[in-house]
Amino acid sequence: MPPLPHSFMSWQTLQTNLAAEGYIASAGLAMAAHIALNLERPLLLEGDAGVGKTQIAKTLATIYNTELIRLQCYEGLDAAAAIYEWNYQRQLLSIRASVDTGTQLDDIETRIFSSAYLMERPLLRAIQQTKPPVLLIDEIDRADEEFEAYLLELLSDFQITIPEMGTIHATSKPIVVLTANGTRDLSDALRRRCIYNYVPYPDRASEMAILSTRHPNIGPELAAQIVGFVQSLRKEELEKKPGIAETLDWAAALAGLGINDITSDPVLLQASLVCLLKTEADQASIPSEVAQRLAGGAG
Amino acid sequence: MAVTRFLTRARLTERIGDFTRHLRDHGVRVGMPETEASLKAIRLVDLSDVKDVKLALKAVCSNDSESFEKFDALFDAYWLNSGKQRQEHKQTQIQNKQKSSFTNLSHMLLSASAAGAESLDMPDNDNEGEAEASGEGKLVATEVVNKNATDLREFFLPEDEARAAETARRIANAIRYRRSRRRKAARRGSGLDMRRIMRKSVATGGEPLQLLQRRRPDRPVHLVSILDVSGSMQLYARVFLSFIKGLLGNDQRTDAFLFHTSLMCVSDSLRDKDTQRAINRLSMIARGFGGGTKIGASLRTFNAQYAGRMAGRRTVVVIMSDGYDTGDASEVGNALTKLKRRGCKLIWLNPLLGWKDYQPVAASMAAALPHIDYFAPCNTLESLQNLEKELHHL
Repeated sequence: MPPLPHSFMSWQTLQTNLAAEGYIASAGLAMAAHIALNLERPLLLEGDAGVGKTQIAKTLATIYNTELIRLQCYEGLDAAAAIYEWNYQRQLLSIRASVDTGTQLDDIETRIFSSAYLMERPLLRAIQQTKPPVLLIDEIDRADEEFEAYLLELLSDFQITIPEMGTIHATSKPIVVLTANGTRDLSDALRRRCIYNYVPYPDRASEMAILSTRHPNIGPELAAQIVGFVQSLRKEELEKKPGIAETLDWAAALAGLGINDITSDPVLLQASLVCLLKTEADQASIPSEVAQRLAGGAG
Repeated sequence: MAVTRFLTRARLTERIGDFTRHLRDHGVRVGMPETEASLKAIRLVDLSDVKDVKLALKAVCSNDSESFEKFDALFDAYWLNSGKQRQEHKQTQIQNKQKSSFTNLSHMLLSASAAGAESLDMPDNDNEGEAEASGEGKLVATEVVNKNATDLREFFLPEDEARAAETARRIANAIRYRRSRRRKAARRGSGLDMRRIMRKSVATGGEPLQLLQRRRPDRPVHLVSILDVSGSMQLYARVFLSFIKGLLGNDQRTDAFLFHTSLMCVSDSLRDKDTQRAINRLSMIARGFGGGTKIGASLRTFNAQYAGRMAGRRTVVVIMSDGYDTGDASEVGNALTKLKRRGCKLIWLNPLLGWKDYQPVAASMAAALPHIDYFAPCNTLESLQNLEKELHHL
């Protein structure tokens, strides 16, 4: 058996390496990534929006110094947008030109259905790299079931069949990261193909670590207040709970406003909450008094 | 701390196999591939560290948030000598290899709810209904029927139940398909199929003479039925149960819920081909039947636990309730607002609507009205059958 490309790294090393790139991963997540990399299986991450599911793919790409290929899924995503599409304009021009020079029909067909006329989309591109890239399939639960089934085939064989050209085999197996946040349930087959990790909101200590890695200029007192506030805000009944991205935004906003103590200026605090509360109803459900109470308990 | 049971390599293979069986017995969907992957995965970690092994096996064997959550407990119970679960597991294996521990529970329940079970299995030819009506695990109370009513309450013949189910199936078919956003080749359609046009135009010297088209085909929608089984709806419950059983397809795109003061998912129970077991599962749920109603709270539970997964733009939610509520009416409005924001269609079937002079004035019904896409009576089989036509237009 050829040596696995990633086997030199234990999961702790992976965790440290992720941290060095500013990504604080839980032991479970680092372990899941470690196993996924070594068994060459896709890594399926589920969890609420804004817990850093997408970020880990980006960080992995940085660690392995490789390309990140991203496929954003949406309802109605089809092969033309995800895998490949023929370049019709070029084909049309080519047929015209060939007819004028009197080329044989068969030759025309061979030419216009060759790789020069093929437009690669993320999935085809991902299996044709010389160095294994990180393939991020974001929000797979937004795509329809048909696409999921197709993806399953791709992820097990790493080959794509184009009727006009034949089968394209992977030159290197990409590191696949799938993310989902429960728009719909994924099929069992896909789930079982993947290494799974549920990414929760970070606990206080992890979030502190994330904040200090990303915004080292924020003092420990303010950082503790920020994290405390967001942590208790997540316990409130909100439509959209603030994720890590929101915490970081808010921290940056507070730092930009020159605030050192979130309890000092209620008006400014309330105004800055737009970074955390992203719907009208949520903003209405955290009036100034509630914000003050949370801020008071956060320190 | 207890000692792990990792011993020799050969033994380890065996034990991992046994462990996946243990997981399977506790409802985690794992099999041979997971056993194999587990064996590979534990080679990648430090075997002497229980925590590492747990994390590794968790990454491989859990495959949804539910199994992810309960994995730790299952792991501890199996590998660390710390649980009664392990013993339980052994017992069930010895007693009945084929049956899950769940079946045992059902057997226990069978005796408790025998009366209810029979009445659904062989629909009432006896007239001892009154006594049963209050019994625990009682699904329906068809015997206590006002013979003068020209209502669904009168239906308790097996044929009628079959008809209700048949009607439901047709209604389900009527609403099952909605336009997809993907495109496929078609004779007529809204978009050009460039790929096929190009193929054809090779023959005509690059002149696209034949314009082929693509269109959006119909795709199944997710159908969710939510049935009120509180006291005021009790008389209809049985026919409606057949009805929602009919709505339930064999695919994963249909779901059914019952509610009175709380909400329960009964899709799996209703889909169960083993009638006896299905009844047992339902009778567990039926404990609160005939009590008060908390529509708002039940819908909120639905929003919180299931809507994310089930209710999207391609979902039709069918609520069957008379709107009599012991909870807060404003909560019904709020819950429906949230539900509607997900983009689903909402159908409310109200048996009272078929009655003469009925006005939806019950506070909760009034609060719900603005959110409903289609409000219809469902007190007679005819009214249910008429739905089919209407729902085609939805």
